[in-house]
Order: sequence, then structure tokens, then C-alpha cells
Amino acid sequence: MSTTNKFLVGMFDDDQTLLKAVESAKNSGIEIAEAFTPFPVHGLEHKMGLRPTKLHTAGFVFGATGLVTAFSLMAFANAVNYPTNYGGKPTFALPAWIPIMFELTVLFSAVGMVISFYYLCNLYPGKQPKIIDPRLTDNMFALTFDISGDNEQTSKITEFLNNEGAVEVFEKDI
Amino acid sequence: MSHFESPLREPLITGSKTYKQITDDIVRGTEGTLGLTWLLSTGVAGLVALFGLFCLTWTVLYGIGTWGVNTTVGWAWDITNFVWWVGIGHAGTLISAILLLFRQKWRTGVNRAAEAMTIFAVVCAGIFVLLHTGRPWDVFFIFPYPNTRGPLWTNFNSPLLWDVFAISTYLTVSLLFWYTGLVPDFATIRDRAKAGSIRWKIYNILSFGWVGTAKHWERFESLALILAGLATPLVLSVHTIVSFDFATSVIPGWHTTILPPYFVAGAIFSGFAMVLTLMIVARKVMNLQDYITIAHIESMNKILLLTGTMVGTAYLTELFVAWYSGSMIEQYAFANRAFGPYWWAYWIMMSCNLIFPQFFWVKKLRRNIAFTFFASIIVNIGMWFERFVIIVLSLHRDYLPSSWTDYQPTWVEIGIYVGTGGIFMTLFLLFSRFFPVVAIAEVKAILSVSGNQARREQMDEVKDEEAYKDADARLIYKID
Repeated sequence: MSTTNKFLVGMFDDDQTLLKAVESAKNSGIEIAEAFTPFPVHGLEHKMGLRPTKLHTAGFVFGATGLVTAFSLMAFANAVNYPTNYGGKPTFALPAWIPIMFELTVLFSAVGMVISFYYLCNLYPGKQPKIIDPRLTDNMFALTFDISGDNEQTSKITEFLNNEGAVEVFEKDI
Repeated sequence: MSHFESPLREPLITGSKTYKQITDDIVRGTEGTLGLTWLLSTGVAGLVALFGLFCLTWTVLYGIGTWGVNTTVGWAWDITNFVWWVGIGHAGTLISAILLLFRQKWRTGVNRAAEAMTIFAVVCAGIFVLLHTGRPWDVFFIFPYPNTRGPLWTNFNSPLLWDVFAISTYLTVSLLFWYTGLVPDFATIRDRAKAGSIRWKIYNILSFGWVGTAKHWERFESLALILAGLATPLVLSVHTIVSFDFATSVIPGWHTTILPPYFVAGAIFSGFAMVLTLMIVARKVMNLQDYITIAHIESMNKILLLTGTMVGTAYLTELFVAWYSGSMIEQYAFANRAFGPYWWAYWIMMSCNLIFPQFFWVKKLRRNIAFTFFASIIVNIGMWFERFVIIVLSLHRDYLPSSWTDYQPTWVEIGIYVGTGGIFMTLFLLFSRFFPVVAIAEVKAILSVSGNQARREQMDEVKDEEAYKDADARLIYKID
């Protein structure tokens, strides 16, 4: 994203105030571009109307892949490709494979989900972040509003933010 | 929205903190110039680690003959140390995964350091298995890959191979879990640095460019929860599988079905002891008493009491089953443990693991820092001896009396063990200096419900409510 947009930023110093502001913004039809918080604020994503993440579904799919991989690898290796007689025991030894099937389920699921997480969030080592304010990972919360298209909105949203208890309101090109 | 907690509960964060203060308190440890104490202790730990590496090299150069092992006692210090380190590596994931699922909020103060400790302990454990393979340079043979030897695959029925999968999965998942939790905190450290400075750049790389948008946090929380759900059975499976290394064999003293739960309880026991040892020092040195409070120490001591008693019950059950089995060899194995040539090892194990934790029934002792520190070291000694007892004491009296022998470690074995301690401490000191030792974002998230201030407000609310009810009652019943 090389294009810059103009944003109006409202800074809050409390998570409860932020939640209330998000709710009123929704009621008065003001569209929030993004919310920034220093820690996960419960209910924020719900109040902002974000679609719930499907990361857990991905986790299930990755886990199932791991299970199938482990089973088919062991069945192929020990029972088909090179059956070896270990003390006269069956070469297709399903109960003995359970530990590895379990471990690979967990491994595939965890690794797959973590990779999906960073991919979906577009986070990677060396990424140059667009930091609105360094205090947003410390003690401040922010709501941003896209005002690049429309200058009339600016004063309206500024007023709204001041009413909702924002401690600072400023414009920023991101 | 926020969840309810009894106002009578002890606050998890003391000293009326604000979000800003939390950041300051925790990030301060990573800023400024390196202190003399830190440099000295890291230097000493590093030297010990180097000595360990020297002994490792010595073993590889001159062969296994430099160790005290022999035909009868084929497993000795190496496997004892391996199991000991893996056991220590159980507390971190237990704290961060199982306690997350059980919504034990006190874990937030200690989970980061405990997870780090887990990873370093598993790394130390890995050194012993790597060496134990005999030819560390051929270690890739243990992985199933198509090869030119048949292809001759690995034996998937072998608990030793299960161990390979269990430990490597455990290390990978713990590392991912730990690092993902660190990402937002690295961003906090980055944003405190001067934009564009080298410090900023390094922590930006570490933070993956995190800025903390609502969507990212939502995914983050979802990921943490599912990873916790996955890590919970994983952490139980790892030591279960380690115990299979013994339990599926036919050695008297090993061949018991009680081994998996007994090993898991023991692992948690020793892991928490190590967390206590390190955190009692760290909270003092790094001024984190408000985040790792006496209440945290007491909670961990309760877990020590629980798991210690579980392990003790397993010891007694083993003795009972040996007698009840009617098998002479089994009975001899346990009589030999308690009264044979290594009786002292057995009684050190018994007194450190079963008897000593019973002191923690007393609340005063659970909340006594000096006593807890002492106890945590005692427990770690006891748990080392437990593994020594299980391994060496079961092996040194073979089926044939002509094979009976004793075992004594050489300086090389001792050097490797001490060296892994050095590696562990070096890694932990590096971690404590450059990484946020307490999970900043998580602590902030519980501040509004479990902090000192919040508790006081909740108390006031309750009082108000009582007053209100009182007034109500007066109105209704016309008292006065």
C-alpha cells in the first residue's frame, strides 16, 4: 500500500471509554476505519462489527492434515514399502502409531495456524509499520476515521470524538 | 462485559499501577547500559557453558569410554539429566496453556519467564539425547526420510522414536506460542525507542511490524486460545512418552503402568520448583515484586504440594505393587532401591519429594519467600535423584548376578551436566536482559479487573450495595 490516506485520529486513555465511543459511532452512522489498543480489549471486535476470525477452522484443517500424513506415512513405510519383522509383531500396528499421529496432528495444526496468523495479519520480520502514535502500544487507545474523501466530515467527527471523551484529536496521513 | 471476580481475592498486581507504569516497570529492565552484576553473572554462566561444550567435545573425540557407563548400566547420567531437563521444561507450557484454559489469571505474571525457561530446558535436554545417539553427526537417521538403505524406515513402534516426535513437536509448539506472545510486547519496546535508531530497528524486526489493530488482536486471542488447547494435551503427552521409554521395557522397576501419570506429575513438580527458584531471584533483582507477588508464590507452592503428594503416592504405590505382584525380581528391585548400595539416593528422593513439600500445608510457609526458595532447590535435587534412582538403581542389578556392577560418573559426565546448567543460565540471563520478562499486554489486560485499584473499587461497590440493601430493608420492613 503505497497510497496515503488522510485519517482523523481520536486518542483515548481508557478501554471502557473507547468501547462506548465505538458503540456511539455505530449508532450515529460514523464509519470507524481502525481501532488500535495496547492490549486485547474484550468485546471490541464484536462492537466494531468485525467478522469473527476463522483461524480455528484453519487449525482444524491443518490438524487433520497432520493426522492423515502421520498415519499414511507410517502405514506406507512399515506395512507396505519395507515391512520389517520386529519380534513377530504385526507390521500394521495401529495402536503403536497413535502417539506419533497425535504429535503430528498438534505440530501441523500449531505451525499451520501460526503461519496463517502472520500471513492474514500481514506481519513479517522487517515490515515497516505505519505507526500512528508510539503511545498506542503503551497506555493509549485510538480510533481512526478515513477523511481523505470528504472534508465536511472532519469537523463532525472531531466534535463526536470530543463528546465521547477523546483526550486528543489530530489528523494524520497514513 | 468484563468478567466478575470476588473483591475479596488478593490483587494480582499490587501498588496501584497505571498502564504507563506497567510498561515502564517491565521495559526498564531492557533499557540502559549493561549492569556489572549482569555482565559478571552472564560471564560466569557462559564460562560454565563453555566447559560443558568442552566436555561434549571430549566425549565425541575420545568416545563413550570417557563416561562411567558400562555394559550393565548403559543409561546413567545422560538419560537422568535428559529426563530432569525435560521435566523442568513442563511448567512453562502448563502455566501458559492449562492455566489459560482454566482461567487462572495469576499466570500472567509468571507465564513469559516460565515459557522461556521451558524452551531453554528442552534445549538442554536435547543435548543429552543428541549425544546419547552415539553418533551425533548421523542424528538425521532418526527422522523418516526416503533413503538409499532400502529405503530402511525408522521403527514407528519404538517409544524412542515417539520421543523424537514428542520432544521436537513440544519444542516447536512452545517456541511458537512463546514468540507469538512476545510480538506485541516487542512492539511496546520498539515504540519507546527513538524512531529510526538501531534499537528501534532491531525491536521492529522482532515485533514483525505489530501495531495492535482490533482485528489483529482478535486473531491473536483466538490463536492463543487454540494453541493453549493444543498445548495442553501435548504437555501431558510429552512426559507420558518419555515414561514409555522405560515402561515398555522389561526391566524390573521400569515395567509399570503407573509410570506415565507419575512422570507427568513429577515433571510439573520439578518445573514449578525451577520457576520458583528463578522467579524469586528475578523479581528481586528486576524489581518486579508488584507483578510476581506473594500470592503468585503461594499459588505455585500449592501446585508443588499437590504434585509432590501425587509423586509421593506413586512411590508408595510402586512399593505396594512390587510386594503385591508376588514377583521375586520385582520385590528385589524395590528392596534394593531402599536398602541396597544406593540407599542414600532413594532416601534423598523420598525425603525431598514426598516429605519436604508437606510443609506447604502451612500457609505461613507457603508465603515465606526464603523458605520457598530453599524448598524449590530441595525439590529440584529430589527430582534429579528420582530419575537417578529409576535409571541407575534399576539397571545396576541385572538378571544375572555375574553382571552386577556399580556406577560412578566421571568428570566428563559431571562436566556436561554442569555445562548444561551454564547454557540454561546464559540463555535465561540473555532473555531477562533483552526480552520483556513479564507479558506486558496480558498484565495490562487483567489490570482493570485484578489490579489493586480495581479491587478497592470493587470493595467500595460492594459496600455501597450493602448500604443500599440496608436502606431498602429499612424502607420495606419499616425498621427504625
